[in-house]
Amino acid sequence: MSSVVGPDAGAPPAAAATTISETQAARTERLRLLLRTPTVLVGLFALLFWITFAILGDRITPYDPIFDQTTDVLASPSGAHWFGTDNLGRDVLSRVLAGSRDILLVAPAATLLGTVLGTVLGLVIGYFRGMVDDVFSRVIDAVLVLPVILTGVVVITALGSRSTVIVTILIGIVFAPLVARTVRAAVLAEGELDYVQAARLRGEKAPYVMFKEILPNVMPPIVVEFTVRLGYAIFAVAGLTFIGLGIQPPSPDWAVQVFEYYSFIDPFWWTTLFPALAIASLVIAVNLVADGLREVYER
Amino acid sequence: MLRYILKRFGLAAVTLFLLSVIVFALSQMLPGNVARSVLGQFATQEAIDSLNHQIGADRSAVVQYLDYMRGFVQGDLGLSLASQTPVWSILQPALANSLKLAALAFVIVVPLSILGGIVAGLRSGTSGDRTITIFGLSMSAMPEFVTGILLILVFVIWLGWLPVTAQWNEGAGPLTQVRHLLLPSLCLALVLFGYIARITRAGVIEAADADYTRTAYLKGLPTHTVIRRHVLRNALLPTIAVVATQTSYLVGGLLIVEGLFNYQGIGLQVYLSAQQKDFTVLTSAVLVLGLVVLVVTLIADIVYGLLNPRVRFGSTA
Repeated sequence: MSSVVGPDAGAPPAAAATTISETQAARTERLRLLLRTPTVLVGLFALLFWITFAILGDRITPYDPIFDQTTDVLASPSGAHWFGTDNLGRDVLSRVLAGSRDILLVAPAATLLGTVLGTVLGLVIGYFRGMVDDVFSRVIDAVLVLPVILTGVVVITALGSRSTVIVTILIGIVFAPLVARTVRAAVLAEGELDYVQAARLRGEKAPYVMFKEILPNVMPPIVVEFTVRLGYAIFAVAGLTFIGLGIQPPSPDWAVQVFEYYSFIDPFWWTTLFPALAIASLVIAVNLVADGLREVYER
Repeated sequence: MLRYILKRFGLAAVTLFLLSVIVFALSQMLPGNVARSVLGQFATQEAIDSLNHQIGADRSAVVQYLDYMRGFVQGDLGLSLASQTPVWSILQPALANSLKLAALAFVIVVPLSILGGIVAGLRSGTSGDRTITIFGLSMSAMPEFVTGILLILVFVIWLGWLPVTAQWNEGAGPLTQVRHLLLPSLCLALVLFGYIARITRAGVIEAADADYTRTAYLKGLPTHTVIRRHVLRNALLPTIAVVATQTSYLVGGLLIVEGLFNYQGIGLQVYLSAQQKDFTVLTSAVLVLGLVVLVVTLIADIVYGLLNPRVRFGSTA
């Protein structure tokens, strides 16, 4: 992938013009390849579908997902309610359609936070190496021993309050070391290249070399890491929500629905099946796009 | 080899120390203090002071940490805040139950994912490969309760083949136990499948491209011999190390799956302790789980070293 953006991204201005147009050409080529992959298209289409409903929400759903409560409780799927109704007589289809909003706010925000923090951390430890690398790597190992959800349970219990903001920051902080590990490896490889040595010998300050010279060249793995992390963020947010510590009712969030309806699963299967399938569709969509991006960047 | 083992031990010890500090710091992060959160906001100041003194929360953080760790090393984890019974007597049976569940999950996932990885690797680039890869990738990010719900709907509610709770009746035989544990362990296994299959696939592709494989072909060995002796033997080495790194993931899954299937394991215990704000049980459970993950990783590292001649003979200590 470094052959695409090239080690000469930090070359003198005379050569810069051609480098930029080459970079652009490579970018268009990658985009073209991406959009020609059927799996990526399917993933993008599903993502777009859920994003549309996340933005428009209850304005376009057949019923109001929270307030339209009928006396027809736990009715099985019918012409009036395609996915049936829940224990309060609310339309399950409307709730499933409106249910993408919170997860599509929390998961990307947490992933972005984790990617930004992790990139800075990875650049610093990959650039300075030695002691800094040793110390940070040990701390990262220690954080990674615990699964996100377990850390989440301890932190949220200790804080004593539940909110989507806490979940976002928590997942962002736990993801940072994971992203940092990927970025560190990429930076270590770049550090050997001539352009970094040249910048150092020119007397550039460390922040300049890290952010202006190295960062543009390690962007591809960071982009791939972001999409993969996004999948895991959905995994983590949904898991925490399912045990009651993440997104809170009355949000029609899918994991909230599964959590609330699980005790009715037999025989009222429609209350849990459709929200569960919705989560599955989102997770698969994100992974189809992530897989496509990795294929394109790594070729 | 000895240097390699000692180094792994040293690293694990440092990680365990850092982990204990982090977990302890988290448990100290309470707004107000432990007694306040246990007794509630209307408790009198005297009651809070006396409980704080009783559990030693009025001492400095460093003293508390050293005291706690001394107990931990001696197997004395203190008393549960909620039930006043020894923490270890709560955690020990829960751990044993979780171990059964986790063991069955590994028994299911290891052969399946390695087989999947080999098939994908030998046919890399084909639609079969893409299917296995994307299935694995999607399952590894699929929340366990989603697969759990779908499995319950199909196998419990629609087909009626399996029981919905993982908890068997007292005195049930091993086969009945397995029947109860099948769905929860399948949920855990599906999450782990993708990563192990992906590493196996990468190993197979690398080994199939290697010079020694080409040499083996050129000297006229039949394909299946080349695959068995040259490709798989080299490809499966990294997989061993990778299986162990999934322990942490598995522990996270226990929390969800044991809740979903109402199974009295360590995950359910963590969940209950969190609800009761029973911090002595919660921190000990987290630390014990961390220790388990570290020990499994350490064992895997050593086994990997023993199997890999490059490490065994000390060229990459």
